[in-house]
Amino acid sequence: MKIKKNIAISESGFIFNPTTGDSFSTNPIGFEIIHLLREEKDKEAIKQSILSRYAVDESTFEKDFYDFSTLLQNSQIAED
Amino acid sequence: MIPKKQLTIAVSGLNNIDSPGPGIPVIRALKESEYFDVRIIGLSYEALEPGLYMHNLVDKSYQIPFPTAGIDALIERISYIHQCENIAVIIPNFDAELSNFMKLEPRLLAEFGIKMFLPTQDQFDERHKSNLFDFGLKHGIKVPYSKMIFSTAEIPGLLNEFTFPIVVKGKYYEAYVAYNIEQIHSYFNKLTAKWGLPIIIQQYVFGSEVNVTAIGDGNGNAIGAVPMRKLYITDKGKAWAGISLDDDKLVQIAKKLISSSKWRGGMELEFIKTAENEYYLLEINPRFPAWVYLAKGCGQNHPEALVRMALGETVTPFKNYEIGKMFIRYSYDMVVDLKEFEQISTMGEL
Repeated sequence: MKIKKNIAISESGFIFNPTTGDSFSTNPIGFEIIHLLREEKDKEAIKQSILSRYAVDESTFEKDFYDFSTLLQNSQIAED
Repeated sequence: MIPKKQLTIAVSGLNNIDSPGPGIPVIRALKESEYFDVRIIGLSYEALEPGLYMHNLVDKSYQIPFPTAGIDALIERISYIHQCENIAVIIPNFDAELSNFMKLEPRLLAEFGIKMFLPTQDQFDERHKSNLFDFGLKHGIKVPYSKMIFSTAEIPGLLNEFTFPIVVKGKYYEAYVAYNIEQIHSYFNKLTAKWGLPIIIQQYVFGSEVNVTAIGDGNGNAIGAVPMRKLYITDKGKAWAGISLDDDKLVQIAKKLISSSKWRGGMELEFIKTAENEYYLLEINPRFPAWVYLAKGCGQNHPEALVRMALGETVTPFKNYEIGKMFIRYSYDMVVDLKEFEQISTMGEL
């Protein structure tokens, strides 16, 4: 999954899709994941990064990452 | 720095109300022109058009006869206004008045030297709501299937050609989405009473509405095009807020349409973008939209370009526009003296 090239993301977690005109806000974890996706990190690398830095178990990460990535794709922020 | 050229420009569409006319946004763009120092003459139809009282934007206003009064009454009035104001350019902004102004364009130029930059009668007729489906076929642009009806007796037969929901449109303005046959009857009567016949029936297309404000030079060149999505829509379907989009496909469709039709003047294109990223043209408005000031905000001053072309200048097409610029409307109560209302009501000028 890749973040579309023209998506604008500010330091505050505000996301703007200039193709659709939609805008969104994300929390710091979401912001971090989007940044990792922008760096073309795969899911395994993102998991390792998040698990090493936050008190979260693997199954919770898997579930939340699935939800978040679905949201990103449905919102046309990310694509396969 | 080159001094700005002084110019008197008459502009209609001063009804800056909840369903606003384009006059005030056009004037704002002209007031901020890099080329012109403009004196604005407002042309109004009713004494309560807010633009009449916006003296920071409109220097002098005159009532003009309703379009139904015909071209003789209009040219007589324009002649009087021209004697007083020495008008260089007129920018009409109402669909319903455009036909009269188009008919008068050669006479206004020949008799008074007044210039306009309007679509031709053929372009105006071809893009009419009732002809839009054929227009799409001719120019290779997708348009939802539509047909005109002239009587309620034709309504039951529509179900052989359309599936619900169905859009019921007035001749000039207004559209409603009908979900059953009773609603089609109701909207037919409502729109007929207001705008006359025919009524346009159009297949509803699911998706998000995206619009383009554009301008053509009459030779097939698109001088500018800015796409926008409405972010906040009023109960009349008008944009109260919108944002400029990075949508090259939409811009290319607009350019193709202008190239193919050799569109002359300002225009607004209304599209539905489906989930499959297909664009269906819903409507072509043959003048600038009320949100045209966003184009100025994005770096394309379309009203200024129109005036330059009206004066015979060659205008280089805009290459870029700023993406992610928003407009947000607001309402504002002006307090005006009754004397002003009295003057425009009784004397026809203010």
